[in-house]
Amino acid sequence: MTAYTGRIATTVRGRTVGSRIAASLLYPLGLPTLLLVLWGLVATRTTSLFFPDPLTIAEAFRDTWIGPAFVEDVLPSLARLGLGVAGSIVLGIAAGTVIGLTRWLRELLEPVLEFLRAIPPPVLIPVVMLLLGITDTMKVVVIVSGAIWPILLNTIEGVRGTDSVMTETAESFQVTWWERLWFLVLPAASPRIMAGVRQALSVALILMVISEMFASSSGLGYRIAYFQRNYLIAEMWSGILLLGLVGIFLAVAFGLVERRVLRWYHGIREVNRA
Amino acid sequence: MRDRSTMLRVEHLRKVYESATGTVEAIGDISFTMDAGELVCIVGPSGCGKTTLLKCLAGLLRPTSGVVEMDGSPVTGPSPAMAVVFQEYGRSLYPWLTVRGNVELPLRHKKLTRAARDKLVVDALEAVGLAHAARSHPWQLSGGMQQRVAIARAIAYQPDVLIMDEPFAAVDAQTRADLEDLVRELHASRTISVVFVTHDIDESVYLGQRVLVLSTSPTWVQEDLAIDLPPERDQITTRALPRFTELRTHVYDQIQRAKRGQAVAPRSAR
Repeated sequence: MTAYTGRIATTVRGRTVGSRIAASLLYPLGLPTLLLVLWGLVATRTTSLFFPDPLTIAEAFRDTWIGPAFVEDVLPSLARLGLGVAGSIVLGIAAGTVIGLTRWLRELLEPVLEFLRAIPPPVLIPVVMLLLGITDTMKVVVIVSGAIWPILLNTIEGVRGTDSVMTETAESFQVTWWERLWFLVLPAASPRIMAGVRQALSVALILMVISEMFASSSGLGYRIAYFQRNYLIAEMWSGILLLGLVGIFLAVAFGLVERRVLRWYHGIREVNRA
Repeated sequence: MRDRSTMLRVEHLRKVYESATGTVEAIGDISFTMDAGELVCIVGPSGCGKTTLLKCLAGLLRPTSGVVEMDGSPVTGPSPAMAVVFQEYGRSLYPWLTVRGNVELPLRHKKLTRAARDKLVVDALEAVGLAHAARSHPWQLSGGMQQRVAIARAIAYQPDVLIMDEPFAAVDAQTRADLEDLVRELHASRTISVVFVTHDIDESVYLGQRVLVLSTSPTWVQEDLAIDLPPERDQITTRALPRFTELRTHVYDQIQRAKRGQAVAPRSAR
């Protein structure tokens, strides 16, 4: 009886393993392939200038971005993005921690912060441009001015939500202020902080492109706008493709860092689910 | 011979919570003393302010009036001579630190050499039987083991007084018996005094050298009972002694009286 059911179980399992591998390849790759084929079909049928077929775009991608443009446009963009994100993280966490730990400061600032966060950051570009000129600093400032909010507000919430028993434990053992910050407050807030950083990354990418489209002589956003104005449609699409790839790279890199930083958090969730 | 000097002295302790909706008198008037090296259990009906009392002892709460004295000097805040084991081990251990990291954290600000600190941590983990789990995270352990980590953290801190707030209320009966024996063993092998707050009458009689029975809120000490059971105790024989049954029945009656409000407050309490 046991042997019989056992055999059935293995054959079923064998079949599902095979189909599972097929499915695990089919699901993530299937839809993109289908979309590419569709794009290709539409592109060959249409007479519109704005939809070159995927192969043309791939060629344009190779010719445009692999070469000096990588140093002239892609690297400066990535540098601005990196500085903007790093600045947002450092400032957001530092200010968020101070505000989250100081009650009167929090009550004083919260309405103002909510207001500032609600302003769409691109409208600040002309103002920042007037103040700082058309410089790299201006672009980094624009990125920070938009990307800092999710980190700042999440840090405030996370720091404020530190468990009271954990705080009392630290108090009863006379753990010093710095140790409390490093071993209690920041780790306790880290799930919220990471959620803020995730949002900040996409905001930062958007602002990088827009700030470069507004006023720049280099960078991805500048180059894409240039292609658009000069009817270099395949090149324009290749730039958009590159932006998408940068976005995916950011998401993957973030995922790796998050898994490391929040290992304990995901561990607890797994234990609770089991 | 054990040192008979007074370790903890509580005199006319009173705690009133004030809020927008009115004032609540949690503790009316509590006075007692504890000698160095004693193991005192505090029992009382639920909601009688046990946790409030304990926080006042640990320096986490300021009493409204009255004195708490440790070794002759007044308690005004948390002191390195005291360590607390909280009831909610899940909220008292830090899940992002390993077991080792949790035990080590309170020692960081003590001026110890690396080797001395390591020795304290290893020694404490061995004492609670968790030397093998040093690199695990608390949430990978069972509830009973997590509470052992909290106990290890407290004894590694080398306090004179160990304050335990219903530490075993959330673990199953079997684990609880093991942990009770662990507390008695640690108390006997190290020169520490223990204040053990519980709502479990059997536990208080089994563990304590003395049991303080608290009244309902506003709280005073309704009875200070010496437990005259032999110092060598074990879960089976001790709990089967006729004297054990008498004592637990006595404490039980006292708590029932407290709940019905029949006990009379001492004159000093009002």
